[in-house]
Amino acid sequence: MAHTVTRLCDRRATIVARLSLNRAASCWKSWLPHPDGWGWIGFPHPDGWGWKPGWNSVTILEFTPIVFAISMLAGFVGALTGLGGGVIVTPALTLLLGVDMRYAIGASLVSVIATSSGAAVAYLREGYSNMRVGMFLEVATTLGALLGAYLSARIPTSALAVIFGLVLLHAAWQSTRNAPEDAPGASVDRLARALKFSSTYPTPNGLKHYDVRNVKTGFGLMFGAGTLSGLLGIGSGALKVIAMDQAMRIPFKVSTTTSNFMIGVTAAASAGVYLSRGYIDPGLAMPVMLGVLAGSLLGARILAGARTQVLRWVFAGVVGLMAVEMIWSGIGKKI
Amino acid sequence: MTDERLEKIVANLLRTGVSIAAAVVLIGGIGYLLHQGEQPANYHSFHPEPSVDRTLRGIVTGAARFDWLSIIQFGLLLLIATPIARVAFALVAFGLEKDRVYVTVTAIVLAVLLYGLIGSR
Repeated sequence: MAHTVTRLCDRRATIVARLSLNRAASCWKSWLPHPDGWGWIGFPHPDGWGWKPGWNSVTILEFTPIVFAISMLAGFVGALTGLGGGVIVTPALTLLLGVDMRYAIGASLVSVIATSSGAAVAYLREGYSNMRVGMFLEVATTLGALLGAYLSARIPTSALAVIFGLVLLHAAWQSTRNAPEDAPGASVDRLARALKFSSTYPTPNGLKHYDVRNVKTGFGLMFGAGTLSGLLGIGSGALKVIAMDQAMRIPFKVSTTTSNFMIGVTAAASAGVYLSRGYIDPGLAMPVMLGVLAGSLLGARILAGARTQVLRWVFAGVVGLMAVEMIWSGIGKKI
Repeated sequence: MTDERLEKIVANLLRTGVSIAAAVVLIGGIGYLLHQGEQPANYHSFHPEPSVDRTLRGIVTGAARFDWLSIIQFGLLLLIATPIARVAFALVAFGLEKDRVYVTVTAIVLAVLLYGLIGSR
């Protein structure tokens, strides 16, 4: 979808005209990525391909609105699909704009904190989240996030791109599925009883009691979710929900809302490491954070409950394509 | 204090934190675009040399000097601090409930968060 937006020839034409460079470049050719693997928007190359490094022609004033628009779109789609904006904005920035992956994941991580905290009010009003479960599992996610942030500096960006692509593929597949039925009659885990996990959640028939089980499995999965979050600068909400909903047998609504408030805390754990390492560039993080936040708030407000199956399939297709391109670029060492 | 009331306070804390952070980032961003907008955008290769001082003290003094990038960075720092404040708040709440298990759990989470922010450099 972002492709169609950015493929509008006149927008590119204005940038090209502004730069008064290479106006003779044939339109079709200028839309192909340069064989060196740079993005679609930006600097026209003498051959008429996409941009090349060292062509310092696009100014911050031109670049920032494009980043803001893409981030807003990512936040909007992220809210509609339930994927979250972070998982979409990073491939959009790297594949479309040729932004270095480290800057992209730094900016994305910041937007993850913003959307998680911004959505907390809406979620908490519904009275679903389980603070004790969340806090206990945050021990796993924050430790995982530190490990992930540590690893992300030691893994080449091309490998990060492949991992990111696989996570995206999974997210695409996950987003096409309906909310699963809550598993009935989970027996209480000893650890869950000691940790006072049992609680109630509102249903149309009044408050319903639920128990929690498989605490150790859930804890392990959460460590993995935290590691991915720190590694790729995403919220990894999908994996968190799987850990709570499928492993620990927590009702789906409780899982999603609890996951939302865990996402911000998890992201904050690796944000400090990203910040000190320079992944969070203020000039880029600014439009990304504001864009994703605006887009996701808009998405949540306008189309709450309007998630048709068709829409979800379309978005899953787009995200799937991004995933394949991410893996492809990673394998080809273009990222 | 009931859990429900607690969660409402927490939710408002988060919303306030995000709103303030977003406002600071926006102000810094507008100043940045107005004053440095004509400079080339260069994000397609990672340059480890900082565009802005990344230490806590550097960010704060830079923001006080009205260095626009430092103001944005300060806003981002406020944003990162929001979930950390939320965990600190939960620590106090569990302490008031005299829930030792969860005071310990929350203290561990808070320690990891503070390590990530301060200790990891």
